[in-house]
Order: sequence, then C-alpha cells, then structure tokens
Amino acid sequence: MVELLKDQFWFSALMTVGIVVALLTAQAYSIYFERKISAWIQDRIGPNRVGPLGLLQPLADGGKFLLKEDIIPANVDKPLFLLAPMIAFGVAMIGFAVLPWGGNVDLDADGAVDVAAQVADPGIGLLYILGIGSLSVYGVVLGGWANNNKYAFFAAMRSTAQMLSYEIPMGMAIVVVVITAGTLRLEDIVLSQIGDGHVWNIVLHPFAFFILLVTLFAETNRTPFDLAEAEQELVGGYHTEYGALKFGMFFLGEYAHMITGSGFIVVLFLGGWHLPGVPGLQPGDVSVGAMLLKITVMAGKIAAFMFLFMWVRWTLPRFRFDQLMRLSWQGLLPISMALAGYATVLVYLGKSTSIPWALGGNIVLLALTLVISQLRQTPVTGRQTNMPAISLTSPAKAR
Amino acid sequence: MIDDQDIIIVDEPELTATERLYLPQIIDGMRTTLRHMFKKTITLQYPEQKREQRIENYRGVHRLNRDEEGRVACVACFMCQTACPAHCIHIVGTESPWDDREKYPLQFDIDELRCIYCGMCEEACPVDAIELTPEYDLVGRTRDEMILDKEKLLEVFDRTVALKPRKNPKISGYAGTGDRDGCQSAGGGQ
Repeated sequence: MVELLKDQFWFSALMTVGIVVALLTAQAYSIYFERKISAWIQDRIGPNRVGPLGLLQPLADGGKFLLKEDIIPANVDKPLFLLAPMIAFGVAMIGFAVLPWGGNVDLDADGAVDVAAQVADPGIGLLYILGIGSLSVYGVVLGGWANNNKYAFFAAMRSTAQMLSYEIPMGMAIVVVVITAGTLRLEDIVLSQIGDGHVWNIVLHPFAFFILLVTLFAETNRTPFDLAEAEQELVGGYHTEYGALKFGMFFLGEYAHMITGSGFIVVLFLGGWHLPGVPGLQPGDVSVGAMLLKITVMAGKIAAFMFLFMWVRWTLPRFRFDQLMRLSWQGLLPISMALAGYATVLVYLGKSTSIPWALGGNIVLLALTLVISQLRQTPVTGRQTNMPAISLTSPAKAR
Repeated sequence: MIDDQDIIIVDEPELTATERLYLPQIIDGMRTTLRHMFKKTITLQYPEQKREQRIENYRGVHRLNRDEEGRVACVACFMCQTACPAHCIHIVGTESPWDDREKYPLQFDIDELRCIYCGMCEEACPVDAIELTPEYDLVGRTRDEMILDKEKLLEVFDRTVALKPRKNPKISGYAGTGDRDGCQSAGGGQ
C-alpha cells in the first residue's frame, strides 16, 4: 500500500477522493454555519431541531433537495438549462486540484521526499485557478439565459458585468504576489513566504491583500456584491426557475467557490499551511504527521475566511449597481495598478522582501488614496442625475 | 393646492470624511454584529416553551360561554353574526326550552379559517356569551375540522375558563339586559 502511494499518481488519486468527500461535507456544513451565524447575529438560535445542535440539518436539506420534484419549465433552453448547474458546481469543485495542502511528504520515513500533498502541481497553478474562476461566470450566465425569464436574465447580465469588472483588480493584486515570489507555482509561492528574511505576503502588501479580499467577495457573488441574487429586485436571481437538486447544485457551488477563494487567498497572502515558529509546520518537516498538521492548519485558515465571508454577509447591505462599478473601475483598479507597479520597482531595486520598503510604499499609497478620495466630489447618484439643474437649497419663504 | 413656496427641498446630507471612505463604517457595522453574536438569544423553543400572554386581551380561538347552570349562555340574537365582517358565524336559533329566554342556538358554527379574529362578535354580544380566548395554536388536518360547532365551542370554554374566567358570569338570558317584557331596567351588565 505504502509502495503504491509513493507514486505521485496514486497519492494524488487518494488526495482527490479525500478532498472531494471533505469538500462536499464542508459545503453542506457551510450552509449550516451560514444559518447559525446569521441567527447568532440576529440574536436567534438557528437550526437546532435536526439532531444534536441541529447538526444533521445539512442531511435533511440534502434529502429535501433530492426528493423534490425536478421541474423543467416549458419554455427553457433545455440543454443549457441542465448544463448551467453542472458548470456552476463542477467548476467550483475542480479549482481545488492545485491548492497545496501539506507540502512535501516522506511516506516511509527513509529521509527522502516521496510525494507532494497536492492533487496536481502544475507550474502554472495560479493561472489554472484564475482560469477556472473565470469559467464560473458561465454557470451564472447560462443559468440566467436558459431560464427564459427576464429577471433571471437581468441577474445574469449584472453578474457578468460585475465579474468581468472585478477580475481586473483581482488579477492586478495577484500580480503583486507573483512579482514578489517570482513564480506561478502555488507551492513555490507558499515556500517564498517562509524562511529567514521572508514573511507572509500580507505583511509586505496588506493593501493588495485587502483588494484581493474585496474582489473575492465580488467574484463569489457574496454580499455586499450579490446583485445577481437581489431577491427584492429580481425575484430570485439567476436561479429563479431552478428547483430541487439543480438549485441545490447552484447553492453548493456558491459555497465551493467561497472555499476555493479562501484557499486561494490563504496560499497567496497567508503562507498556506505555514505558521511561523511552530515546529512541524516548516518546509523541512515531511513526516506523515506533519502533513496532517499542515492540512489542518490550512483548513483552519480557510475556515476563518469562511467565517469572515458569512460575518460580512449578515452585516453589510448590498451595493447599488453604479456604486459597484465605480468601486471597481475608479477605486480598486487604479490602486491595484499602482501596487503592481510598485511591486515591480521593489523587485528592480532588489528590495522585494524588505518589510520597510514594501510596507512603506503601501502606507504612502494608502495616504495618497485617502487624500484623493477626500478631494474628489461626492459622486452624483442616479436619482440626482435626472433632476433639473437647480439649486437644491430651500428658497426663502416669500410670505 | 400646494405652491412652490410651500415646498421645502431638503438636501441629502453631505457625507463626512469617514462616511465617504466607507471602510470605517464597515468596521463599525462588523463590530456591532460581532457584539450581537455573543448576546443572549431571546428565542423561545415554541412547542415546549410558551410566551407569557396578556390573557385578558388576546384574541384567539372563540368560545361559547356557559351560564351558572351549565347551559349555553347564547340567546341566538344574531348580533355577532351580523357584526362579523368576515361572515364566519352561522347560527340556527330555535325556541328555548328554558323560561328565562325566548331563543337559544340549535346550531352555532364558527369557521375559524375564515375568521379574522377582530373581536367584533365579542363586542356585539349582549349577554357576553361569545368570547375570544388566549388559545392561539388551533390546528387541523382538513377545512371541515376548522369549522367549530356548538359543542366544540363549549369545550373550548371548559378548557379555558380556568385561565380566563367569564367576564360577566351573572348575565344569562335576560337577567342582564332587562326582563322579558322589554323593560330596560338593568342596562348592560352587572
């Protein structure tokens, strides 16, 4: 058995099975925790009837999705209607293939590294994740299109525009990391944040981290960027016509997407499976136990981000569409471009791992952003643009 | 007619520096929600725990009161049926076997699904025979089940009389509203 697993292929196969099982469970329980956290924030208890503490609630939900009547409305584009949830779900699942979970592993304890605890380790891992992330917009767009429902179509259109707009600052924020690390291989990006004179990228580039976080919220269609699911305006959003398990797949896909996004940001900015100063979590620790510890640490970091996603969702109201676009094009994009430019300067000067240099630039940029944002006029909102150009101050009473 | 000079146009308040940045506001909001996450919940586990009620005021399932001799207190005057805005009360009155009143209800049905629980019947009743009880968890599997007849309404009285005693137990027949000859001696109530 161990001999077989020493082959990367079979080890990857085992990892795949493990990750898929863990991921499906994690998605189901994300929904449970979403409901719990929303309840706690609203001074409620949340699901607590099905099983102890309501822990069997995801099973009950899954059973409900499975057993409901699977309706295909009469005037939908049938192939696309069936394809959309598959794309939404499948694309969200395969993003995990390149996440580095536990570094290198020495399975038989003979001192030689046998395999990497990762399903696939392509040199372009980061591009792969970006590509897969962009594909996920197809699930939303096809879902909205195939529905033959104008509200769902509106949702799909909004979602497309939103995802395209936020992919650019996202890419720029990632470029900062890529330039600093000098590689696209995710495991190498993790390793570049470890060791003497190296720190996690969040310490070097907190601004880029923040931009990536914001764009991830937008990419995963989470509040405050969930315009594609604005129930008040769009009935239900792009999945209005979906029911039963097809809706369930959209639903699970959203959470899978969130988990991938969290894993992505953990790898890029928070050192992946690494915790500074903790034995067993260093690149040199290659035993099986160290691998399990690393996987736990990685999962814990991802869970922390999932909590952040949910916390924000139940705190913030949704953006208006013009605010959403302005934030991306006039706010995040220029800042992230400046950051990427600054990262190249740092590399040119050979200071890319110097905390004072990187952090100082970030602080200067932050100060600049604050000054500019204060100098700019408060933007004219949609309602005001249609008003005649009159003085808005009250005229003196003539009486 | 509203003149232009009567109109006061109010400006949207200018955003302050922190408000325009948006982020301090977000952090403020997140602090609030985080604080609520650790607050005590006010949820009641409904079927097991029940809320304190204002027994006298609550307008739940109806009941038909019994008088002191255990008879139905209703005199089949049709006041409640007339007052009911939802037309959910159906009374069949007939000659009373008792001396103190002319009529009594042979049949008295209330469609609890149709009722809007406004309490007009209670107000209309001259002998305080129909009352709304604090009972709010009325359930049934069919629509027919939710039409309560006289016996069921009397059962509701037996069930709830300990919790909410009858308002004017003295009134029965014409005792409270005058004698049979139509003399308005006693007025309304004790």
